Formats: sequence, structure tokens, C-alpha cells
Amino acid sequence: MAKGGLDAQARQGYALIAPPFLYAALVLAAPLLTILAYSFLTDGYLEVVREFTWANYVQVWTDPIVRTVMLRSLMVSALVTLVTVALAFPVAYYVSFLVRPQKKATWLFLITIPFWTSYLIRVFLWKVILGYNGVVNSSLTGLGIIDEPLTFILYNVNSIVITLAHAYAPFAILPIFVALEKIDRSLLEAGRDLGESRAMTFWRVTLPLAMPGVLAAVLIVFIPTIGDYVTPELIGGGKIPMIANLIQVQMLALDNRPLGSALAVTTMAIVAVVSIVFLLINRRFLKVRS
Amino acid sequence: MTDDRKPMIECRGVHKHYGDYHALRGIDLTIRAGEFFSLLGPSGCGKTTLLRTIAGFEDISEGAILIDEKRMDEVPANKRPTNMVFQSYAIFPHLTVAQNVAFGLRRDPRGKAEKSALVDETLALVGLRGFGNRAAHALSGGQRQRVALARALILKPKVLLLDEPLSALDRKMREQMQVELIKLQRQVGITFVLVTHDQEEALVMSDRIAVMFEGEIAQLDGPEALYARPANRRVADFIGVMNFLPARIVAEQGGGATVEVPGLGMVDLPARQISRANPDDGGPTIGFRPETMTLLGAGATHSQPRETNATIDEVVYYGDMTYYDLRLDGAAAMDGKARPVRISMRNVFGRDVQEVGTRTRLAWSPGSLVLFR
Amino acid sequence: MKGQGRGLQAYALLYLLFLYAPIILLPLFAFNSGTIIAFPLQGFTTDWFSQMWANATLRTALANSLLIAVSAAVLATCLGIFAARASTRFEFPGKGGMMGFILLPMVLPEIIVAMSLLVVLLGAGVQLSILTVILGHVLICMPYAIAILSTAFSSLDKSLEEAAYDLGETRWSAFRLVTLPLVMPGIISSLLISFTISLDEFIIAFFLAGNQPTLPTYIFSQLRFPKQIPMIMALGTVLVALSIVLLALGEYFRRRGNARMGGNPTRGFL
Repeated sequence: MAKGGLDAQARQGYALIAPPFLYAALVLAAPLLTILAYSFLTDGYLEVVREFTWANYVQVWTDPIVRTVMLRSLMVSALVTLVTVALAFPVAYYVSFLVRPQKKATWLFLITIPFWTSYLIRVFLWKVILGYNGVVNSSLTGLGIIDEPLTFILYNVNSIVITLAHAYAPFAILPIFVALEKIDRSLLEAGRDLGESRAMTFWRVTLPLAMPGVLAAVLIVFIPTIGDYVTPELIGGGKIPMIANLIQVQMLALDNRPLGSALAVTTMAIVAVVSIVFLLINRRFLKVRS
Repeated sequence: MTDDRKPMIECRGVHKHYGDYHALRGIDLTIRAGEFFSLLGPSGCGKTTLLRTIAGFEDISEGAILIDEKRMDEVPANKRPTNMVFQSYAIFPHLTVAQNVAFGLRRDPRGKAEKSALVDETLALVGLRGFGNRAAHALSGGQRQRVALARALILKPKVLLLDEPLSALDRKMREQMQVELIKLQRQVGITFVLVTHDQEEALVMSDRIAVMFEGEIAQLDGPEALYARPANRRVADFIGVMNFLPARIVAEQGGGATVEVPGLGMVDLPARQISRANPDDGGPTIGFRPETMTLLGAGATHSQPRETNATIDEVVYYGDMTYYDLRLDGAAAMDGKARPVRISMRNVFGRDVQEVGTRTRLAWSPGSLVLFR
Repeated sequence: MKGQGRGLQAYALLYLLFLYAPIILLPLFAFNSGTIIAFPLQGFTTDWFSQMWANATLRTALANSLLIAVSAAVLATCLGIFAARASTRFEFPGKGGMMGFILLPMVLPEIIVAMSLLVVLLGAGVQLSILTVILGHVLICMPYAIAILSTAFSSLDKSLEEAAYDLGETRWSAFRLVTLPLVMPGIISSLLISFTISLDEFIIAFFLAGNQPTLPTYIFSQLRFPKQIPMIMALGTVLVALSIVLLALGEYFRRRGNARMGGNPTRGFL
């Protein structure tokens, strides 16, 4: 009866997971490995020369334009993440702690709806809202609050941050909400019972317990924003490119695939490093708890 | 008493490995036709695994399982003459009660009317007459239990397997269902194999019980033998409450022995009161149940042959019963350790509950002692 | 307590306003007769909708998008069923890693998925078309499908299928008679979500569609021309309305599924 190697369970599991896994291997892993390979090859005119080189990476790390764009992308992503998570936390807290249980699903539904509506049109509308003659400026001048249109929200990093904070809102709220929901309410009562003030209970009990959710939110917002292509293109008017735009330009417009690949690989590496750092922090939090 | 009945389930040297984990370690077991058999043990002892190998949900790594004298090696669960009542009942939530009960009849060639009559009959058997059109997800725990029984019994299996069927019910409901299950089993005459961790449930319901620890059967006996003469300390401890006192063997003759027990004195024990299947428990030990000794009020008389003086350390009142923790005079003589002994007394009319600190007398009989060695 | 609650509630409502600001503005401009997207509004018109209706490229883009979205939704959900069942029902070495890999597109910058796929397709000499977009969309829809389907499968008692098998059904008929009807709400919800994601997806469509327009790429191309924008606002209004209807349907099926399993209503989001 003993079946060599794998038991029946494992074999069925592999048989089931094979189709989606092979699909992902073919459509995701193979391309990613290809650009990894490309990033070490030499660029010829309109073709890729099969010669190993570090030159692409040297260029990525030394070129001032690349460095500016890379740093800008990181800064914008970090800023977006900070703003998004900071704005989202009180909402998640409100829904988890103050909304009646029957209404929670409705609140979550309301929060997720805008996320599913056309991304392009949403981004464009922020341009309309924040623009020189946009909703904010025309309303404020119309009401006589300001004389000149505000320019700090115009076609710059700030407008990109606002737009992205809007786009990734549900990504930030949901993980924090989940973490808050898991907190045993009697712990908070215990905190109060042991003589802590409401604020101290929040600081010493709620926040540490919500931390894994906050870190998950940070990751989940940070990763896609660093690769965002549309927002800089539309809102920034193409004048403040981010890393995604640079990759696209190298890959297609300039047809320098090795350099484009090296950029993409470097971006992934940075994302991976940031993710690992956050996962390690998260593990520390989980360890303290258990 | 049941040995003349033919064997229904035979396990021969059954082993089950999950990777490095050895879940069943050589199970040899014969369950006879029409028996109400229980597999009893703490969680993780392998009792559910054994049940699932009999049902065919798990392959066995070694050995053989026979049902009705046929080897089941290559027979999958859906072709075995067994049906199962699951711990969660596994009532199909998208079907009505009648559709649930009729589920296994889908491949049955009988006509619709005949099947429907059979469903009604089976529902009546489990006390759910007229429930056929109810939605399954709207039933109470006890009702789900009955639907699960009906759904399994309608196929007239040779063996009904019950995996902790009463554990999700509250105490009253559980006691009621215990009695109903016994009656039902007698009525249909099918072999029942029950898995439970509740020793009381096993004692109440079973003809025979296999007590399992760590993938092995520690003892297989009828309820009375299991309770009165447990094979080792572990079984004794798992089933009911047992007091243990260290003993010194003074002499052995035939199968019997004379032992000295601190606090109880010298006792002669015949062979049937001695359990030898106890190699690793460290030294000979005397065990006795709390209810086998009698606490005597001042001046009371009794029919037990031996008497010992003791002091009451603790009194725990349970309404119908009172538990006393006693310190026997001379109990610490052997190694200086005081070993409290627990005695239970039924609170019958006219017997007062005694107080902590009282000096008292304890009456007992050597016939209620078991020696583990 | 009350004071704190009020403050938070006010904040949460303001936040909702922030989330919905673009969606609220959309129909305002779609029905506004002014050609410039700015306040004050001029007057009511449905011209932009008729202009949209008459636009042939837009109709091609719509047809392409629908074809892509339906195909991607069906394929992603089918593959998702396999993965969700494998992950919720079976234990095997390497499961975590394999599932993590399949779910990777959820956290990978989309531009990298699109670019690497493009490079390989061009390298292999594959003609860019709707098919290549479907290829990419299945990849990015699959993680969402798996997330939804996994909750549907995991809220299912494993004993249910065993019970059906025990009662004489085969493995496949047990799946068909018991599991499938019970996870159907999850499947429908997965189809709807995948459809919505694909319909709205821009980057992969932009790079992998060749010269075939899809709705988002068409919108993107028109946003450069100020005189086309009112029509795009009308299109956006229609799309948003459609998304909300589809999402509400998905939500309805999800809740019905949970109710049937006796679950609580907030499950499944998480």
C-alpha cells in the first residue's frame, strides 16, 4: 500500500496547482528571467548583442538622470505611502471600532467602489480638480478666498501624491481594518481596567496590535506606486517622469532593451529589499505578540 | 458474550504514517457484527485516523483491513459497505432535509415513490417525521445529528461509523442522544463504531471499548472490566478517577501477591487484581476508585472487612456527591511523601457532610484494589 | 466617547467625499454643455453621449475590451479554481512558495509585468493582438480570482465532500453535486471582479495590444485632445455606472454565498 515518495494528498495537490502554476511560470517567470538575462547583455543598434557586460548596471547606478528619477520615484512612493496610510488609519479604526457590525460590510463596500472605476478617468479628473482653472482653484477664487490660483497643487509632485493616495486608499484601509478586527476587545477593556487612559490604551495596546496591518498596508501601497506609469504621464504632464516612464522610454522609444531591463531589474531589487525589511519588522512585531 | 457473532471489521497490523509521524502503530482489532464498539482516547491518539482508514478516507501504510471478511485494500470509500456520521454532521446546506437523506439513493434504481417512502420511513426512525421539506441550514444541532444518522442509515450499511457525533451538543441533549443512539442501534442491528474522547459516553453506550494512546490500543474490554480492572495506570487515569499509592511486594504465590501499602497495611491480592502491562511507570502501585471506600461517621457500622484511620484535608460538595481528600495515617511512612487520597460519598438522606480537619475512619475491601506492576 | 466617535465619523465621511470626488464630478461634466472641463457649469446636454455612441473607433475599442475582459475573466477564474482548491484542500511540500509565486503579480509593479512580457513576445516574433492582451490580463486577474475563490473554498467544510463520497458518489460527482453549487457565488463574484479589472486595465493593454484599441487605451489617446474630453467624460460615466452595477452584483452573490454557508457578512473581503 505504501506509495513511494509522495502520498495521495500531495499528488492531487500538485495536479491541481499545476495549471495555474505553469501559466504563471510561462507568462511571468519566463519573461522576468528574460529581462534578467537581457540586463547583462550589450545593446547594439536595434538589436541585443549577446555579450556579457556590467555596463547597464554601471550606467543605472551612475547616470545622474537615472539617479534623479530613481530617487524621485522612491521619494514620491514613500510620500504617497505615508500620506495614504496616515489618512487611511483613522478610517479603518472608525469602521472597525465604531461602526455597528451589520454596517461594516457596507462601509467596506463603499470604500472599495471607487477603486474599481476607471483608473485613467479618475486620474484625469484629479487633474481637473487640481488644475490651474480646476475645481479647487475656481471655487476658491470664486468664493474670494484666494486671488490667484494655488500653484502648489499643480502638475507637480504634490498632485501626483494626492492622486496616488486616492488611487490606493482601499489597499491601505483593508489590511489595517483586518488587523484591528482581530484585536480582542477585552484586551482594550483590560488596558482601561488596569488604569490606563484611553489615549495610553490606544498607544500601548491598540497600535502595537494593529502594526502588522499597518506594515502590510505600507507594502501594498508602496510596491505598485513605485511602478506607476499613468499618473506621472497624465498629471505630471510627462515633465516629471518616474521610474516606470524611464523603463518604458528605454525599452521602446530608445529601443535600448538591455538598459531598460537593467532598470527594471534594479527597480525590482529595490522593491524586494524594501519588502524584506518590512517583512522582518513585521516578524518582530509578531514575535513580540506570541 | 459476543464471541459467537461473526467478525465484521478486522484490522491486522495496521500502520499509518504521515511523513515522519507514525499515527497508527500496529492496530490489531476485531469488531463483531451487531456490536456497539467505541474507540476512546485523548485527542491525537489516532482514534479518528483509525476510523477514517476503516471508512476508506485514508490509505493505510501497512497491514490489512477486512470488512465482512473481504479485504478493503483496493476498495475506495464510496464502494465500502460503511457509512459515516461526521463530527460536523456535514449536512449539505444547499439541500432540504429530504434531499440530504435521499442523497445516497441517487444511483439506486428504485422508483421515485419508493425512494420517497423510504426517506419518510428513515426520517421517522430518527424522530424527524415531517421534517423533509425543511431547509437543512435552518436546523438545530440535535436535528442535524438526526439528519446525518438518517442519511447514513438509509443505505443500510454493514457498519455505521460515528466520529465524535455528540461533541457539538450541550450536556442535556448529549445525554438524551446517547440513549437514543443505543436504542437505534438495537433496532437496526447494524454494527456501530463510535469515536469519542468522552469516557463517560463510551462507558454508557458501548458493548466494548478500545482505549487508544499514541497510535496503539492500550486496552480492549467491556465497560465494566475497563473501569474495574484497567490494564495500566494511564488507562486508569483516563477513565474516571483513580487513587494511586506506592506499594511494596512482600511475597508472591501462584499468580497472586502480598503487598504492603503505606496507610492501608498488608493486603493479599489474587491474580485477577494484578495488571502486569505496566513496565514504565516506575515501581508497583496500588490503585482504587474513590467510590469503593466508605467514610464512616462517628459510631457508624459497615460491612467492609478493613478499616483505616484518616484526617479530612479538603471537602468538595457537588450536590448529589461530596468528594473528600484524606490523609491516611501512616501513608507517608514509605518515602516521607504525603499522598492525599480522594474518596466520594453519595449524599443520601441522613448522612451529614463532614468538615475539614475531622479525624475519621475509612472502611474498604482488598477486593476493590488493583495492583499495577 | 461620544465626542471621539463624532470626530472620527466626520473624518470618515470627509474621507469618503475625497474617495468619491472624481466619481461625483464625472456625470456633472458629462451632461455639461460647456466644452471646457471647468466650473461654472454651462447647461444640460446629452450631446456627448450621442457623440460617443456614433464613434466607430470607440465601438471597436468597446468590442475588443469586452472580448478581452470576458476571456480573461473566464480563464482567470478557471485557473483560480484549480489554485484555490489546491491551496485550501491539500497539503504538499512547496505549496506556500508556489502559491506565493502565482499571487506575485498582485504586488509586482505592472509596468514590469507588461515590459518583460512585451520583450519576450517581440523576441519570439509573436504578433501583438488582443490575444496577447488576454495573456497578460489572465495573469494579473488570477491572483484576485484566487483570493476570492480561496475564501469561498475555505469556508466549505471538508467533510461535506467526504460525506458525498462516503454516500457512494465518485470524487468528481461529489465535487459537482456538493462543492460546485456551494462555491458558485464565489465563482460568479470572481468572474465579475476579473471582468472589471480587465475592462479597466491600461498598462498591459497599452503595450501589448499592438494597434488594436481597447477602452482604456482609447481613452488615454483621447485625453490629449481637449475637444474630445467631454465625450470621454460621458464614456467614463457609463463605465462607472457599469462598474458599480457589476460590483453590486458581485457583492450580492458573495453575501448570498456567505449567508448560505452561515458565515458572517464581512468575511471574504479579507
